[in-house]
Amino acid sequence: MFELIGIPPQALFGQLLLGLINGSFYALLSLGLAVIFGMLNVINFAHGALYMVGAFVAWFLLQQLGLGYWWALVLCPIVVGLLGIVIEKTMLSRLYKLDHLYGLLLTFGIALILEGGFKHVYGVSGQSYAVPSAFAGGTNLGFMFLPFYRGWVVLLSIVVCLATWYAIEKTRLGSYLRAATENPRLVQSFGINVPVMITLTYGVGVALAGLAGVMAAPIYSVNALMGSNLIIVVFAVVVIGGMGSIFGAVVSGYMLGILEGLTKVFFPEASNIVVFLIMVVVLLLRPAGLFGRER
Amino acid sequence: MLKKALLAGVAMSAIATSAMAAGLSGDKVVVGVLTDLSSIYADVAGKGSIAAAELAVADYGGKVLGKPIEILTADHQNKADIASNIAREWIDAKGADVLVDLVTSSVGLAVQGIGGEKGVVTINSGAATVRLSQKECTATSFHWIYDTYSLAHVTTPTVVAEGGDSWFILTADYAFGHSLEGDASNVLKDLGAKLVGTVRHPFPSTDLSSFLLQAQASGAKVVALANAGQDTINSVKQASEFGIVAGGQKLVALLAFLSDIHSIGLELGQGLLVTTGFYWDMDDEARAFSKRFFEKFGKMPTMVQASVYSSTLHYLRSVEAAGTDDGKTVAAKMKELPIKDPVLRNATIGANGRVIHDMYLMQVKAPSESTSEWDLYKPVKTVPGAQAFQDPKQSGCALAQ
Repeated sequence: MFELIGIPPQALFGQLLLGLINGSFYALLSLGLAVIFGMLNVINFAHGALYMVGAFVAWFLLQQLGLGYWWALVLCPIVVGLLGIVIEKTMLSRLYKLDHLYGLLLTFGIALILEGGFKHVYGVSGQSYAVPSAFAGGTNLGFMFLPFYRGWVVLLSIVVCLATWYAIEKTRLGSYLRAATENPRLVQSFGINVPVMITLTYGVGVALAGLAGVMAAPIYSVNALMGSNLIIVVFAVVVIGGMGSIFGAVVSGYMLGILEGLTKVFFPEASNIVVFLIMVVVLLLRPAGLFGRER
Repeated sequence: MLKKALLAGVAMSAIATSAMAAGLSGDKVVVGVLTDLSSIYADVAGKGSIAAAELAVADYGGKVLGKPIEILTADHQNKADIASNIAREWIDAKGADVLVDLVTSSVGLAVQGIGGEKGVVTINSGAATVRLSQKECTATSFHWIYDTYSLAHVTTPTVVAEGGDSWFILTADYAFGHSLEGDASNVLKDLGAKLVGTVRHPFPSTDLSSFLLQAQASGAKVVALANAGQDTINSVKQASEFGIVAGGQKLVALLAFLSDIHSIGLELGQGLLVTTGFYWDMDDEARAFSKRFFEKFGKMPTMVQASVYSSTLHYLRSVEAAGTDDGKTVAAKMKELPIKDPVLRNATIGANGRVIHDMYLMQVKAPSESTSEWDLYKPVKTVPGAQAFQDPKQSGCALAQ
């Protein structure tokens, strides 16, 4: 059967695995986006820029403070999360009463400012960030050579996605969050501090982006444009998965990574646009997304 | 009365236009630097190209034929339609006399066409496609420091001679990539080496791992990158991750700029063979010029930026010698005058606008061999222009037949 497709099975499995790795980034980023949209009804265009900030903070930690990858994994999400909290508290919270679009415009503006700033200071060629020594090298799986670091990326992203999904769907704090976004006044009357919950949610959502940035730093060069390249695809992933569905975002992320990987084998020139083609089809057939609910 | 006024008016304008033909249009020379300021080639050209043009104007004395020189700048974002609009606006509304830099092959081709249509000189330093000096040449077009043909003809024979007789080419899917892939495969065919396969990746791409995997699986002795800028940087980094070189294949970047190698770093980039038209450390004259560029801009010049300096200076000299800024007249003068500057060596210009000069094959140093931040290359070979570039008579350009 494989001979009919014209590609040996080893090459195919290799590409599928690579697709899974890319899918991990899509899943992590779309998870953050879906959390923010599902809980806050904010279309967070700054997500890509904050992912980029996460990567730059990791680079900065290494260059200036000598703090390596493991420190970055912990510190960068916190730093980006704090930045997100500041943005939310000072600017975003004023727009909740208004149309979605204002939030979109604000976050888009923030993204442009962040990217412009980094571009101005660091240029666009990018900084190099070495693969952490614990993951140097790789293993020959027979059908391809898998760098250890990429395997780690898949593992970590699955763990983080599962943990986030669990925290939101299965814990008490998560249930407060979900209730707070469905009916803020009622939940507030129960004595739960809704504005704080919302701020924290935004912080956690962008912290996920910051984490993705750290994970991306050793693989993709750390440059001011890294977020804008990725964010459009991630939006398409979230739309395909269903704008309010966290589970949908994660599953779509992995799935689309794999589909994109397959496209790179059979029709590489189209690999940039296949996600959008799928988005068009999904929107035509199921406007709420594959796992979304009509709002 | 009216008839007299009308007659006087017509006479005045007749005199005025004939006066203009001998002097400068608009009483000044307008140099338009159209480059990528925000996207993947911003470090290869970008602000550095603007600085180079400013340096050239300052070195020339700031005036030509006693009139001021104005520099216009814009960001074309690597989009041919945006570049075309800006070029037209500059020529029609701002009196642009020459357009320089023009990085990105699709932009270069589009703007060169407009320049040819309107009789405005276009000097391309940034774009690589050899098509600029072939059938699509114009009476006012120039291709200054490098092109895909010379890149292929300098790098490929050396690699093949070292035993790299089977190649897999990773190509950026647009005009430049196709051009470079085409030139490289022609050279391979002439040398009797085998092209095992090619794959075209979207331009630009952040993740090339999938395509590198295909290159690895092909078993070719040489994996060649027919892309540039950020794409090349990502390709080299990811190739190292996937152990392409460790696995015994040779990695060749058919086009890599100083800024790319600086970003990749010597750890990952060491041993890469690079063809360039200029290197800041290649001789005393180059060092002196580069030092002044560094003082102005803060980074060593890439060959594109050095080329913008060289081409702008030569243009200004030609305007002075021709006594006018009329495109076709100056272009003819440019091809006539010898090029003397710290950037090009043994340079002449063919009838098709192609500058033919010495090209250099360099190798990226190992970290231990480098003594400063920009000490990145060691020389391997100097290839004289006649060997590196296409003979103008064979280019297919109507002006060179």
